[in-house]
Amino acid sequence: MTILAKKPQSLTDVPMHYCPGCGHGIVHRLMAESFDELQIADRVIGVAPVGCGVFADDYFACDMVQGAHGRGPAIATGIKRSKPKAIVFSYQGDGDLASIGMAEIVHAAVRSENITVIFINNAIYGMTGGQMAPTTLVGQVATTAPKGRDPKLQGWPINMCEMLSQITGAKYLERVAVDTPQHVMAAKKAIKKAFENQVKGVGFSMVEVLSQCPTNWHASVDQALEFVRTQMMPQYPLGVFKDEEAR
Amino acid sequence: MTEKTLRKGNEALAEGAIRAGARFFAGYPITPQNEVPEYMSAYMADAGGAFVQAESEVAAINMVYGAAATGTRSMTSSSSPGISLKQEGITYLASADLPCLIVNVMRGGPGLGSINGAQGDYFQATRGGGNGDYRVIVLAPNSVEELGNFPKLGFELAEKYRMPCMILADGILGQMMESMSFNFDPIDPNTLGKLDWAVDIEKNGRPKRKVFSYKGDSLIADVLERAKRYGLMEKTEARWEERNTEDCDVLLVAYGLSSRACLEAVNKAKEEGLKVGLFRPITLWPFPSKRLNELAQKTKAVLTVEQSLGQLVQDVKLAVDGAAPVYLNAYPAGGQPDGNSILTAVKSCLNGGKEGLFDLQEHAGDFAYSCERDASLGMQGDCKGGK
Amino acid sequence: MPRIEVDVNRCKACYLCVNACPKKCLGKSTVISKKGYFPAEMQRPQDCIGCKMCYMMCPDVAITVIKE
Repeated sequence: MTILAKKPQSLTDVPMHYCPGCGHGIVHRLMAESFDELQIADRVIGVAPVGCGVFADDYFACDMVQGAHGRGPAIATGIKRSKPKAIVFSYQGDGDLASIGMAEIVHAAVRSENITVIFINNAIYGMTGGQMAPTTLVGQVATTAPKGRDPKLQGWPINMCEMLSQITGAKYLERVAVDTPQHVMAAKKAIKKAFENQVKGVGFSMVEVLSQCPTNWHASVDQALEFVRTQMMPQYPLGVFKDEEAR
Repeated sequence: MTEKTLRKGNEALAEGAIRAGARFFAGYPITPQNEVPEYMSAYMADAGGAFVQAESEVAAINMVYGAAATGTRSMTSSSSPGISLKQEGITYLASADLPCLIVNVMRGGPGLGSINGAQGDYFQATRGGGNGDYRVIVLAPNSVEELGNFPKLGFELAEKYRMPCMILADGILGQMMESMSFNFDPIDPNTLGKLDWAVDIEKNGRPKRKVFSYKGDSLIADVLERAKRYGLMEKTEARWEERNTEDCDVLLVAYGLSSRACLEAVNKAKEEGLKVGLFRPITLWPFPSKRLNELAQKTKAVLTVEQSLGQLVQDVKLAVDGAAPVYLNAYPAGGQPDGNSILTAVKSCLNGGKEGLFDLQEHAGDFAYSCERDASLGMQGDCKGGK
Repeated sequence: MPRIEVDVNRCKACYLCVNACPKKCLGKSTVISKKGYFPAEMQRPQDCIGCKMCYMMCPDVAITVIKE
């Protein structure tokens, strides 16, 4: 009997609290697989965010720190600078990273902190119940945009990979999705590379993951996958926005 | 131990912190504490530590959160408006039981205030400026010597009780130069034992560790457990200094810079045949209430001297608990006390006068005030909202 | 011959695996789980090719893929 695929060792046995069909769990698994494959599990220290990912500190088998909303890159900076041999990641959602934590993510990139950021973009505030995020699409309904996001009032969605690609210190930026097995495989490659970069000392690496949120999109799982493909991808094209080898 | 040298307060503090084993510093420029990050940027790397100039006070305290989680002696420094920004991180540090050092070189407030030394952040430091039930150890130095030596005490207390420690200094202490010496040999943090809760890279099969602030259903138990530590600290860790307290008619209570002006007043009083003593809390939290109450039993009046508008006096009243009348001699918003003006207040305490004593109701007197909308200026008209 | 095991204590019945299976081997169980879901289950084991697509899409890491 051969095990072809099973829960990676870098995940604990704690069942995840995420809603059915949510993309967070897929991304957790891809990260954990990367730790196992790169044989860095013993060195990983993770930073869990505020938001749906707040309980991520229960799911990863590595040591975890959970801090304040948006401050993941600052906390990760403190950990990495104190323990340079640690492999440090900050796991963040779109409200966390692109709104309240905008300064922290930009300046972690400016300093080219040798950390890995996993950025979950589902175009909505999940944990608080579906409020408008900085990444909410034009016309997309949210509890704080009941008539849909109106650019005249609320501006346009922000594309983080494109924005950070202007920063010299940002060394690796890729946007992926987890809506199909093919995209999940590509996401795995990107996430693994983002951690490999840290092992090599390349500098600031971030993977943005387009992720489905059936609950707060008020959609079935199928509709949610469709939304990722037909609505999110035109606004947030997949691809590599920056890939520089060692500085 | 070192020879006495002439040092600027902020630099003594920075050097003292490195000697005490601080190996992570994050900060953001603000007057009057800039010498601290400047010193750190020059010397921290040589000591084998890391200095980060953060993008904001908020980021700086969160960097400290991350570094402290690894068990590294970590610190930040700032001044009043910057400390306001750090409150988010401070309450998270408290909730995650992380030891660290936070230095507040106070300036005039509220708001941007002024860059003059002041003591207006007493409430913020001792009551907790962040959300929730928590305390922070607050050390109040009154000399460059203490500024240099308190970082070691601060780190030790913070680690012993697993909570943040604040050194509450002010702009004048930070900027003045004095002869000082360090009362301890430099500490190599690599020779300190490991902490059994810190996140680390050499796991060797031990269970995973979590440093976290969201407690959910266990929050009540968590807060009550921490409260036991707070109670223990109130019993065992209060620190203070006394001068002429055994036989005095008026007991001055002051911390930090204003306690130095009080000493001048004590000496001037002696020349005039008045019996005045000084009680100087060194830990503002835990406040040395028990000893202050004992002393208040034996004196005619207690006079609080503070460079703020009635903050310290609240703790003094709680401690004195009616044992003697408590008066306030206040120098808010960057005002500076001197021996003569304190002595005037001392005399008022003894002779029932009012000069030098601050009372909010008397200060307001029959002050009348109105600030209303004025239709004769025209109508608001354009107040339609939207964009 | 490949087969899969679904951990019914983790499965939340999103059926991403059901949709992902190129051979349409998976379906919805009629037995309710402790969590209150009708978990995904293998319904046509003879068609399973061990491609791991179901594992790949499962957000709850509830699927183990085994080759006998």
